[in-house]
Amino acid sequence: MACLLVPAAEAVVTTVVQKAIEKKEKAAAENGNQAENKAETSQMASFSKKLKWLNNMLWGGAALLAFEHIWHGEIVPWFPFLTAASNPQDTAEMLHEMSTVGVSMAVLVTAIWGVMVAVSYRIENRAKKAV
Amino acid sequence: MTLLTSLFAAIICTIIWYKKAPDKEMRMGTLSLIYWGASIMWFVDAIFEFVELKAEYFTPEPLDMLNDFFLGISVVALGLIIWLIILLIRDPRGVIKKMLSKKEA
Repeated sequence: MACLLVPAAEAVVTTVVQKAIEKKEKAAAENGNQAENKAETSQMASFSKKLKWLNNMLWGGAALLAFEHIWHGEIVPWFPFLTAASNPQDTAEMLHEMSTVGVSMAVLVTAIWGVMVAVSYRIENRAKKAV
Repeated sequence: MTLLTSLFAAIICTIIWYKKAPDKEMRMGTLSLIYWGASIMWFVDAIFEFVELKAEYFTPEPLDMLNDFFLGISVVALGLIIWLIILLIRDPRGVIKKMLSKKEA
């Protein structure tokens, strides 16, 4: 019905966070003469890149799911845009779906991204130790 | 069927990305993440549907299957269009930039 709204909302938040981190990185790179800053910069740079993986998954998934909802007539180009929002009974059902399916989608995507990040840090650390 | 179609698209894109790595010019990583994101979301949707329908979930009507497959193919095409737009905007080889500067000259 509108389960995609939850991952889409998360995507908005993670995109804002990623842009903020990117700004910090640029600022840190400009003052990158100190060793402490350099170390922090390199760590933060890799994190913003990793956050982009989550953004791509959330935005991509939400976009393709939105297409599916349009296909099934659950999203329409006129107000209130969601057919389920036209009567209170459907709205309640829609909110229930968002709180169950939508939240589960966002949680699973984030959890899988968390595993990806953990594995990549491990690989990076192993490579550092090998050097 | 939609889940399977997007899953196969994700797997194929990941294989291509891995084969081309570390070359990021074609942004295959972005395309595969788009499909993976959608596949994970549809997987969750499938779990909830399975809980509701039980074994019936695995015996869909042929017409529903066809419609879902058609939707899956359309979703793959949309993913490719999104990726193409990102690729053309980023223009990693500078093809569009060169074209425009030639026209200006």
